[in-house]
Amino acid sequence: MEQEIAIGAIEERAELPLVARMHDWVVTVDHKRLGLMYISGGLLFFVVAGLQAVTIRLQLAFPSNHLVPPQVFNRLLTMHGTAMVFLVGMPILTGFFNYLVPLMIGAHDMAFPRLNAFGFWLWLFGALLLYFSYLGADGLYGAGSAPDVGWFAYAPLTERAFSRGNSTDYWILSIFLTSVGSTATAINLVATIFCLRCKGMTLNKMPVLVWLTLVVAFLMLVALPPLSAAQAMLLLDRYLGAHFFDTQAGGSAILWQHFFWIFGHPEVYVLVVPAFAFASEIIPVFSRKVIFGYQVMVAASVAIGFISLSVWAHHMFSVGMTPAGNAFFATSTMLVGVPTGIKIFNWIGTIWGGKIRFRVPMLFSLGFLFQFMIAGLTGIMLAVAPFDWQLTDTYFVVAHFHYVLIGAIVFMIFAAIYYWFPKATGRMLSERLGQWHFWLFLIGFHMTFDTLHFAGIHGMPRRIYTYQPGRGLEAFNLIASIGAVLQAVAVVVLVINVIRSLVNGQEAGPDPWDAWTLEWTTTSPPPEYNFAVEPEVRSRRPLWDLKHPEDPDWLYE
Amino acid sequence: MTIWSAVPAVVALSPVSAFADWGVGKSNSKFPQPDLFAPVSTPAHDIETLAWFAITICAGIALIVGGILLYGIIAYRVRRGDDGSEPPQVYGSNPIEFAWTVIPLLIVFVLILTTARTIYSIQGRPRPPGALTVHIIGHQWWWEVRYPSLNITTANEIHVPLSEPSNDNPTFLDLESADVAHSFWVPQLAGKTDVIPNRKNTMWIDPHKAGTYLGQCAEFCGTEHALMLLRVVVEPPAQWQQWVASQQKPAVHEPSAAHGRRVFESTACVNCHTVQGTVASGRFGPDLTHIMSRETIAAGAAVNTPEHLKIWIRDPDLIKPGALMPAMNLNGHDLDDVAGYLASLR
Repeated sequence: MEQEIAIGAIEERAELPLVARMHDWVVTVDHKRLGLMYISGGLLFFVVAGLQAVTIRLQLAFPSNHLVPPQVFNRLLTMHGTAMVFLVGMPILTGFFNYLVPLMIGAHDMAFPRLNAFGFWLWLFGALLLYFSYLGADGLYGAGSAPDVGWFAYAPLTERAFSRGNSTDYWILSIFLTSVGSTATAINLVATIFCLRCKGMTLNKMPVLVWLTLVVAFLMLVALPPLSAAQAMLLLDRYLGAHFFDTQAGGSAILWQHFFWIFGHPEVYVLVVPAFAFASEIIPVFSRKVIFGYQVMVAASVAIGFISLSVWAHHMFSVGMTPAGNAFFATSTMLVGVPTGIKIFNWIGTIWGGKIRFRVPMLFSLGFLFQFMIAGLTGIMLAVAPFDWQLTDTYFVVAHFHYVLIGAIVFMIFAAIYYWFPKATGRMLSERLGQWHFWLFLIGFHMTFDTLHFAGIHGMPRRIYTYQPGRGLEAFNLIASIGAVLQAVAVVVLVINVIRSLVNGQEAGPDPWDAWTLEWTTTSPPPEYNFAVEPEVRSRRPLWDLKHPEDPDWLYE
Repeated sequence: MTIWSAVPAVVALSPVSAFADWGVGKSNSKFPQPDLFAPVSTPAHDIETLAWFAITICAGIALIVGGILLYGIIAYRVRRGDDGSEPPQVYGSNPIEFAWTVIPLLIVFVLILTTARTIYSIQGRPRPPGALTVHIIGHQWWWEVRYPSLNITTANEIHVPLSEPSNDNPTFLDLESADVAHSFWVPQLAGKTDVIPNRKNTMWIDPHKAGTYLGQCAEFCGTEHALMLLRVVVEPPAQWQQWVASQQKPAVHEPSAAHGRRVFESTACVNCHTVQGTVASGRFGPDLTHIMSRETIAAGAAVNTPEHLKIWIRDPDLIKPGALMPAMNLNGHDLDDVAGYLASLR
């Protein structure tokens, strides 16, 4: 009865005029709508910041090139980095969590729906503020436009003496707002997971994705406040004459680095653990096997969360720490490789003995497995502190973290889009266009980032707007730039695919992948209240139990 | 590399002065490329050895794990004519989990020990009494180079003596910054060390092969970070002594450059630049006492020729957009003479 009323209400609304339907999106507190808005907002900025990256690569395609002047280039690299972390990675991943977690635990919504909406709008306006700097930051002093201090904005370059005008202030405030929004989301996710699980879903029976969401939420709670504190201190320096980072008045440049990386390194895991989460849902379904070593997977992720809080100064091996300090952070950093390796082994264990179906989500997941393994191993090389003295701040590091951010995270975001798009829209994405998207992106990615490792080894520092001929860097850079263009073309294919499917896609039905978690029990797209009847589970794969009553999971868990 | 030097001629992305390199391409080509796998000094050498060890281990892991993964993907692909049944469900295995936890732990243990040994051997080297100390001060966007014991000040090109096995002769570099964070990096000599305001960092090199080694600032330091280049010139002791002697001489006064000198000394040049023994005693820009002994100007942005000097004085942005050197607005005659005066400072 209740369900009929709910469905009736949705149908009625679909006939409302466009303005009323848009108004619905603005005032919504529905986790699914907020999730979709987060994801679409993030993808929008992904395109913008991606075009900035392509511009960077075009400038660097040739030595001593004059496509953009240095000031413009420095803004591009700052905006690209800041946007990709705070305006793309964070919202897309929180968007997926928002959308999926209540569905996967059999809840009607998040624990605090209004806080959820608050977090989204805070994020959106913070994000717009960052790009508004291109217009607004000329401000009082007429100096500067977008921020140009690099995404980690090392002091004292951000102090008034070296950064006049308001561009750095836009950077500070934008990050401040988006990270307050993310903190709100983290609290909400923790409360939702702890309080709103359906009947039978003990912590030990949550899908892996939900467990990893919990890890990410706790990491956000621990890592974001130091960042917000540092932003507040920097603002005090700039406007109230405090001297936290103002070296000309006795402040400490290294203090900023500590604050930033105490946030910055856990942030890497805030971004990559969701990729693990997607992989842990998608790989089993397309291998047709239960995840190998569920409890070990969860334990490894929790271990990664803890260890990742004590590795931050591996970003600072070259600042002149004591040998003991360098040795400590080299050790902790290598240790984080152990649980990470365990996760890769367990995914391989999941594939082993399965019947792998090479649909697009699985293709991206397999790309992820290879690339994340390589990224982890170059990470081990960077943890070897003396080697890092050579490699840090070079294109080797750029290549390494793009292997993580694109090779692992973006690949898994694409996999997640192909996998859950049918659930969110009721339409399938085209498999054929998906294949084009995958292969173009894969080739472009490897052309760009495999090559850039070697540019770094050949002495190319990061963040340079140009490089001179005669230093052996020409070939690497030209190949990398061509790869960047290929990746851009691949993204265009994705956009076409999405639009085509929205207009005229094949109907998905509730469970197009023959999957096992709760979100596939409800309609596609799910009704506003998700489930008409509160589900009850006995195992980690309730739909497996339903489809195989003769051999259910709960006999073995 | 010849094929790549033809590319700019074919593809010109911007109309004005695209790919003008102010002669540095040719100049760079004379020297070894700054490849960290071609070390000529002990710290760089130790790092290279450790690096190959780490790379070997990582490549081994990549081959084994990647190979297993690839095999798994091929062997367990769904076959044509599959009956649609689900494969056997395997929930996990504690012995296997134990094995793939312990093996990585052992590998990490070995890596940590070797890493720590190299850290201590490089960072722990005591400064022998009488070792040459060079004081390097990072500026936006150039390097001030001082030899306190020799009373020499120069910029961007650091001359150090060769260190032979028979005559170990390390040079210690004390690094400080006048403004923002920079990083000192010459890959063939040592790893990089950050140059941070309000802090003194130290590193050492003992180059055992004469030559010129290319490096540059490796920490983003503002507009012209890309063109904050540096060179280390390693010379046999006798030759190095000659260089020291020539740098210690007072500035040359050529009568023919007297007018240029007057203009130089009566304009804003002297606020930022020093020419020893004259009224010019500014410290904001590089010391020009022996500017013609340097192969490049503007921290390596252009080869040091009278023509480039003139362009640099007239319009620094042409060579290095955003450089803190102002355009000097001299009339044609004065400009020629000032450039002539600088060209006389050998």
